[in-house]
Amino acid sequence: MRVMDQGTLQLTNARRPFSGGRPNEGRFVPPDCPDFSDQTKWMLAVRDHQDRTAFSHLFDYFAPRLKGFLMKGGINAAQAEEIVQDVMLTIWRKAAQFDPHRAQVSAWIYQIARNRQIDIFRKENRPVPEELKEDPGTEADASQVLGLEQETGQLRRALANLKPEQREMIEKAYLGELTHQEISAETGLPLGTIKSRIRLGMERLRHELKDLKQ
Amino acid sequence: MSGVTHHIPDAMLAAYAAGSLPQAFAVVVASHISLCDHCRTALAAHQAVGGVVLEGSDAVPVSTALKDNLFALLDSPFVPEPVFDRSGIFPGPVMELLKGRALQWKSLGMGVRQDILSEDGTGSVRLLYIPPGQAVPDHGHNGLEMTLVLQGSFSDETGHFGVGDVEIADQDLEHTPMADPGDPCICLAATDARLRFNALIPRMLQPLFRI
Repeated sequence: MRVMDQGTLQLTNARRPFSGGRPNEGRFVPPDCPDFSDQTKWMLAVRDHQDRTAFSHLFDYFAPRLKGFLMKGGINAAQAEEIVQDVMLTIWRKAAQFDPHRAQVSAWIYQIARNRQIDIFRKENRPVPEELKEDPGTEADASQVLGLEQETGQLRRALANLKPEQREMIEKAYLGELTHQEISAETGLPLGTIKSRIRLGMERLRHELKDLKQ
Repeated sequence: MSGVTHHIPDAMLAAYAAGSLPQAFAVVVASHISLCDHCRTALAAHQAVGGVVLEGSDAVPVSTALKDNLFALLDSPFVPEPVFDRSGIFPGPVMELLKGRALQWKSLGMGVRQDILSEDGTGSVRLLYIPPGQAVPDHGHNGLEMTLVLQGSFSDETGHFGVGDVEIADQDLEHTPMADPGDPCICLAATDARLRFNALIPRMLQPLFRI
C-alpha cells in the first residue's frame, strides 16, 4: 500500500477527513519528499495526517503575512486578526481539497482569504466554481508539484523585477482595490508558462477521473 | 468543455480572484469556469499571483491569544459548507442561487421567458429562455451585461455563441442576438445596472398593434 518509486509518491486510499469518510490514514506522503518547499510539506502533512505541528508551522509562516496583507488592504488590526483566525481554521477544515498539482499553498490560501473576507464583510456568499473532485488513489506526481513550485518562483522574481509603480498596481489589483475596468489585461507578468504548468496538473486530474469512470 | 470559444477576459478573471468583481458577474464567471478548463487554468494563474503578493506582504505579528484560540477550535464540530453540484444544464453556482426551488419562468412575450435569480441595487442575475429563431428583444442595458449560454446557441453581429460561451456587452454595443434553430436557447445573464425590461412588453407588442 505504501509504495514510493524514485521521485514518485504513491498515495492510496485518500479519504476526505471532513466529508463523512474515515480519516485517511492510508494516504501517505513520505517526510523526505524531495525538494518540496516547507510550506508544501506542512500543508500535505495537515491534509493527510491532520498534523498539528505542521499546522503550527503553517500558522507561524502565513498568519503574520495574512495579517500584513489584510492591513495593507485597509483593514484594522483587530478585524485582520479575526479574518486570519477564520482563514486558518478554514485551511484546517478544507485541507482535503488542497491539490499541490494545481495550486501552490500560497495561491490556495490567497483564494480562501479573499473568499472568507468577502463572506464575512459583505455577508454574501462568494460564488465559487464547481470543484474538480480528486478521487481516492490519486498518485502524486512529484515532478509536477516541483514544476509548479518552480514556476511560482519565476513569478515571484518577475514581480520583484517590475518597476515599483507597476508592482504597486499589481498589488492593488490582487488586494481587490481595483475594478476589472481598472485592471489592465497586460499585467507585465509572464502568466503563460505557469498556465501551461497548471494545465498539466488539471489534465492529470481529468485523466484520473476518466480512468476511474471507465 | 472544449467547444468554448468565447472566454472571460483576463482582467475580469483577475478581479474575480481578487474579489473586486460585482457579485452578479462573479456568478457568471464561476458558472463559466465550471464549464471551461481554459478559464479555470487562467484563474489558477491569477490565484498564483495573488499568492505571491500574499507571501511577499510584510509580516505583522499576531497576538498569542489568536493561535491559542485557533488551536482550541480545531476539534470543534462544524457543518461543512454546502456543495452545489451541477444539475442538467445548470452549473453549481446557478443551483446555489436557485436554492433548491424549481424554475419559475415569467413570460416576457414572443415566447421569451425569464427567471430572476437575484436582483438588488448593484445588479441582477437571471435565466433567459429564447425559443429557436427568436430575436432577443433589445432590453437596453445601462451598464455591462454578461451572458453565458447554458443550452442551445445564439448569434449576433459579433459572432456565434454556443454552450459555455460568454458574451460581454457594454452599453455601446448595438446588437440583436437571435437564438439559432434547434433547441431553445437558455442563458444566464448578469448586469451591473437595472435592466430596462419594464418597457419590454409594450415595445414588443408595438409591431402587433400596428397591424
